[in-house]
Amino acid sequence: MLELKNITKKFGDQTVLAGVDVTIADQKTLAIVGPSGAGKTTLLRIIAGLTPADSGEMIWNGKATTAAKMRQAGLIGVVFQGFELFPNLTVRRNLTLAPTLQGATQAAATAQADQLLAELDLSAQADAYPFSLSGGQKQRVAIARALALKPQILLYDEPTSALDPNLRQSVADLINSVKAQGMTQVVVTHDMDFAQAVADETLTVAKLGGGEA
Amino acid sequence: MDYVISILPALLSGVQMTLAVFAITLLGAIPLGMIVAVGLLYRGKNPLAVAGKGLLDGYIWLFRGTPLLLQLIFVFYGLPLVHIVFDRFSAVIFTFILNYAAYFAEIYRGGFGAIEEGQFEAASVLNLTRWQTLRYVVIPQVLKVVLPSMGNEVINLVKDSSLVYVIGLGDLLRAGEVATARDVTLVPLVLVALLYLIMTLVLTLLQRRVEKAFSYYK
Repeated sequence: MLELKNITKKFGDQTVLAGVDVTIADQKTLAIVGPSGAGKTTLLRIIAGLTPADSGEMIWNGKATTAAKMRQAGLIGVVFQGFELFPNLTVRRNLTLAPTLQGATQAAATAQADQLLAELDLSAQADAYPFSLSGGQKQRVAIARALALKPQILLYDEPTSALDPNLRQSVADLINSVKAQGMTQVVVTHDMDFAQAVADETLTVAKLGGGEA
Repeated sequence: MDYVISILPALLSGVQMTLAVFAITLLGAIPLGMIVAVGLLYRGKNPLAVAGKGLLDGYIWLFRGTPLLLQLIFVFYGLPLVHIVFDRFSAVIFTFILNYAAYFAEIYRGGFGAIEEGQFEAASVLNLTRWQTLRYVVIPQVLKVVLPSMGNEVINLVKDSSLVYVIGLGDLLRAGEVATARDVTLVPLVLVALLYLIMTLVLTLLQRRVEKAFSYYK
């Protein structure tokens, strides 16, 4: 279980998060919802270690930690809103790059990548470059790339916003299928219907203020 | 025609010097420019980093802000005053590499600026080190972005190599000028122009091939 306590964040004079508490239960999906500008993505970035909080605590399984430590331990995976696939690498290499650089053999990383791609119905795209994929395919590659490092918690930033609206249900199915494999997930979204389709719990972040889990 | 054949060996020997300066400069300046550009990316606040960055900025300012011809004269005739002595060819290579690396560094810097922050963040959440991020993700993309600008500079380099005459080295242009002065005809200079055009045509075609080789992704 990951707990964040009393997280605050200001950008200049503007308070974005004023003492937010978050509890992320194991193997559940937490949706962080709220209006535009409320700081949902900022909160996600703080959990991912991409934006430092001004103050607050982070507790992982009862022990104080930091986002940087969580990341270094490979506990956190992120699926970005814009996917951020590496355009110069094939789909398969997008998945194997980090594992091989972190000690996995090429053969093991490739076998794992091919398995993930098969599970996500992307086997035919393994040797393609990201530019040739559809938005939905790019997102599945982004999820597969994050899963290749076997994180404990997977974070999604607005997973539906860069996609065709009629793909919303398939994204929800995908997130639910990842949860069924035992993954703890955090989904930032402005789309309440989507949040209901994927979330076990919902955290509403109010604009210019605190929130409650 | 007999006249053309008679002066061709001298011109081709000049071409050799031009190509030697060109090739060695590129071999040195392409990686050196990248090292400088990567150094400029570093945003550390410690005094050493700030001083290092100031030094790199100063180096670029100096070498882009003064004519290459002047730099060549300073290196060959000026540095011996402080007991740094180069032979003619080494002075040319030293100056050309430093000059072109400064331009290349600025081109690369623009290329780094074109890479979205999200690429760095994606690499960071995948736990790639800074060096791994540059090596596998960012620099390959930067090279693709900078190819057209680099092509321009590379063609400039062929023509800039004619400046070596100032410290007494014989390149293509000088060979042509010698023949023109001796034989009182413009034919050698027409041939010189043709030889430069052939070299830049080959480079332009080569550049297109390299750009095509990088077009496997967008």
